[in-house]
Amino acid sequence: MNSTLKFDFEVNKDNNTIVVKREFAANLELVWRAWTTAELLDQWWGPEPCKAETKSMDFREGGHWLYCMVIPPSLTGAETDQRNWGKQNFKKIVLHKSFSGTDVFCDENGTVNPEFPAGNFENQFNETDGKTTVTMISKHNSFEDIQAVIEMGFKEGIEVSFNQLDELFK
Amino acid sequence: MKARRDIFQAIADPTRRAIITLIALQAMTPNAIAEHFDTSRQAVSKHLQILTECELVTQSQKGREIYYQLEVNKMKEIDKWLEQFRKIWETRFNQLDNLLETIKKQKK
Repeated sequence: MNSTLKFDFEVNKDNNTIVVKREFAANLELVWRAWTTAELLDQWWGPEPCKAETKSMDFREGGHWLYCMVIPPSLTGAETDQRNWGKQNFKKIVLHKSFSGTDVFCDENGTVNPEFPAGNFENQFNETDGKTTVTMISKHNSFEDIQAVIEMGFKEGIEVSFNQLDELFK
Repeated sequence: MKARRDIFQAIADPTRRAIITLIALQAMTPNAIAEHFDTSRQAVSKHLQILTECELVTQSQKGREIYYQLEVNKMKEIDKWLEQFRKIWETRFNQLDNLLETIKKQKK
């Protein structure tokens, strides 16, 4: 585990935002690439033992990233992998500074599931002394929406035990 | 969204959050709680009812008065829930750390 890098996490119930801030030991160009390139996103976006799989990625304003989270049977008790589809619609991109848009749950064709709330996100990138800080601001319409989104995230990652983590970072 | 009664619904409302903060210090009667708000007594009662249904507050009878108090253990559930969310992101970010290291090494 990397304990020297800064990690802040804050849920603000008054304006329904979640702010996650994390520092990475790499320059901005590389970190930006890891957040905006499908081949790289697929290697880290899925929290072990889940995996992210990109179906399509068009990183430009008006474009989107369509991907699924593959959840293994060990987490769900099902016989096969479960696939949860998600889509990020990109609205504004400022190269090497920030990108923002909406986050939705959908099916494999990208058709939005209205049962789950859409959220607005903005990811900001800042480099200082060769380290890059990413600030993720996620804004929702209500606290219930935040709750639903987090519960979705739960299904993907709740079972991740510290043992598995230790295994991963050996 | 399905209607539900859980702790997250309880804390989704600003008045209910204020009530929670208020009774965290000491058990209070509905009247004493209502004095702190501009809303009607009925509105406060309604909030207390929801908080009770969510098991975030409990009532106890002292003489003629009913007192409401906070269930501290239930509040801890909220912390736990946020902690799990945090853990998911920690896992992701640690994976990204490893990936960045790998790419940096390949470049050399």
